[in-house]
Amino acid sequence: AERLQNILKFSRVDDNLLDELEMEFIQSDLGLELTNEIISEIRKRKITNTPELRDFLFNYLKAILENLDYRLDLLEDRLNVVVFIGVNGTGKTSTVGKFAYYLKGLGYSPIIAAADTFRAAAIDQVKIWGERVGVEVIAQKEGADPGAVVFNAIEAARARNKNVLLVDTAGRMHTKSNLIEELKKINRVVERTLGYGPSENLIVIDATLGQNVIRQVETFHNAVNLTGAVLTKLDGTAKGGVIFNVVRRFNIPVKLVTIGEGVEDLKVFDPNEFIESFIPEVKV
Amino acid sequence: MFENLTSRLQEVFKKLRGKGKLTEKDIEEALREVRQALLEADAHYKVVKELLNNVKAKALQEDVLKSVTPAEQIIRILYYELLNILGGEKADLNLGSKKPGIILVVGLQGSGKTTTCAKLAYKLAQEQRRVLLVGADTFRPAAGKQLQILAEKIKVPVYVDGKGPFEIIDGALEVAKEKLSDVMIVDTTGRLHIDEEMMNELNELNKRYNPSEILLVVDGMTGQDAVNIAEKFNEKLPLTGVILTKMDGDARGGAALSVKAITGKPIKFIGVGEKIEDLEYFYPDRLASRILGMGDLASLVERI
Ligand SMILES: Nc1nc2c(ncn2[C@@H]2O[C@H](COP(=O)(O)OP(=O)(O)OP(=O)(O)O)[C@@H](O)[C@H]2O)c(=O)[nH]1
Ligand SMILES: Nc1nc2c(ncn2[C@@H]2O[C@H](COP(=O)(O)OP(=O)(O)OP(=O)(O)O)[C@@H](O)[C@H]2O)c(=O)[nH]1
Ligand SMILES: [Mg+2]
Ligand SMILES: [Mg+2]
Repeated sequence: AERLQNILKFSRVDDNLLDELEMEFIQSDLGLELTNEIISEIRKRKITNTPELRDFLFNYLKAILENLDYRLDLLEDRLNVVVFIGVNGTGKTSTVGKFAYYLKGLGYSPIIAAADTFRAAAIDQVKIWGERVGVEVIAQKEGADPGAVVFNAIEAARARNKNVLLVDTAGRMHTKSNLIEELKKINRVVERTLGYGPSENLIVIDATLGQNVIRQVETFHNAVNLTGAVLTKLDGTAKGGVIFNVVRRFNIPVKLVTIGEGVEDLKVFDPNEFIESFIPEVKV
Repeated sequence: MFENLTSRLQEVFKKLRGKGKLTEKDIEEALREVRQALLEADAHYKVVKELLNNVKAKALQEDVLKSVTPAEQIIRILYYELLNILGGEKADLNLGSKKPGIILVVGLQGSGKTTTCAKLAYKLAQEQRRVLLVGADTFRPAAGKQLQILAEKIKVPVYVDGKGPFEIIDGALEVAKEKLSDVMIVDTTGRLHIDEEMMNELNELNKRYNPSEILLVVDGMTGQDAVNIAEKFNEKLPLTGVILTKMDGDARGGAALSVKAITGKPIKFIGVGEKIEDLEYFYPDRLASRILGMGDLASLVERI
């Protein structure tokens, strides 16, 4: 971003500047297609000065993120189920913990289902998060059927009058069809038990990852109808530029971002702030 | 998308030929297709740029344009350039001259360190080495427990007691001496490459214990940021190798190219699944094919 800031300080928009811009965008994981599209649009519009360029870039990215509902779909008067989905190690379990804490702060009463029964010590990990944020975790033992855990957790949520059930699922490659089936089953269990499906199926995306994220979203979306994304690890040097492609192609809003490993390191997604991390304000 | 880069290149050259003799500019035109393939595979912008410069220089040198099959010739040159970056010395583990040798496993959060430690332990145990797994991550919830469960599965002893990494490794060294272990595999806390304090800790660990291997674990799905990660870890630590994880998905793995180009350190293994035995030796030719989105490039190139 600092480099882009410097680029935007130049007064003339010429081929050199556009090359630099291309480099910046590709290095932010925006992908070649979107980058090319933006650059050729700049040429087409014959943008010549950098203030104008800055505005154009901001608005271009803004237009991609616009018209989507970034709010969480949680109703006060019923049990809402929120399922966290994604490839291995993206931050699902930590996000469940942080989000439970966040919801408590808003006055909801959350409860957690430990539906990753596969990974070593996944259950212990989510239980520690539960203790940390003072939210009950419903778990069975390692190897149990995740659908059964979710069923159990719904019963528990009802019995204890909870209104949000957060489901931590095992990390899985989108290329493994049997594991994709398992996600569908979790959705079916919710639907059957409650009479309605999960309020949110959130895909958890690690900002460090590159273009493969598009394939991940595509496959998971086909399987369970994703309602949103969580972008994690934004405290690193990666910006998560692939998100623009995700939003554009699949109309899936980013709902939450995480910026660290602490309990409070979760925020709702702010499109303007996000775009500013790509297209900084130019201070002259 | 790039199921066949050769045929795309052929198409480009066919079009260009229609205009008469092929020129240097035409190589550039063709290399744009290659660039696209590499960038879509997440290879880093600058790494790609340099690679393509080399390919172009070689193509001109070899007078590729006079060939009846310029597309194939470019693929061949490209393939060897990729191997040139990805390949290198045979990458077995160095267990050190003193016992126990220490293998320090480092990397970003969630990259696959703990799982990889267990996989490495299993591999060495199968080679009749006496291994001690050491869980020096006291930060991530249940990190020690995770390693203990994995260790139990493969029946390798594990040590996780202590408040911080130094205390744990000191304790583990005692145990390793008692057990006459050949090697300790040390799992560390995931950390960001820009976290000064945590990076300094690794530097201290290196100074104090002088490991025979420091392995950087990198998620094979990483995007352009791979360069920043590799740069910072390599700056702070004398890395001896890289392990690329989660290669069982359909990521094209261009990050590997970035990491290798930046660090020059061999990619020793790739992780291809969550199970203990899902660790493979790294074959540069296979990754080159994968990055370009093509089948078996090695045998294709042989036929050219
Ligand atoms: N720096 C940073 N680290 C994070 C963030 N979110 C999660 N992590 C770390 O990333 C690692 C993986 O997080 P988990 O929550 O275990 O990820 P997961 O998706 O549940 O992993 P699996 O269940 O194994 O697929 C942990 O070390 C977390 O502390 C974040 O926003 N920033
Ligand atoms: N599909 C697949 N998953 C892997 C591979 N290697 C590790 N994983 C998974 O990736 C996730 C993270 O692995 P860990 O070993 O916990 O990663 P870590 O680097 O120790 O994480 P932190 O300690 O939180 O920094 C887990 O779900 C692992 O099962 C691999 O090669 N393929
Ligand atoms: Mg998890
Ligand atoms: Mg770990």
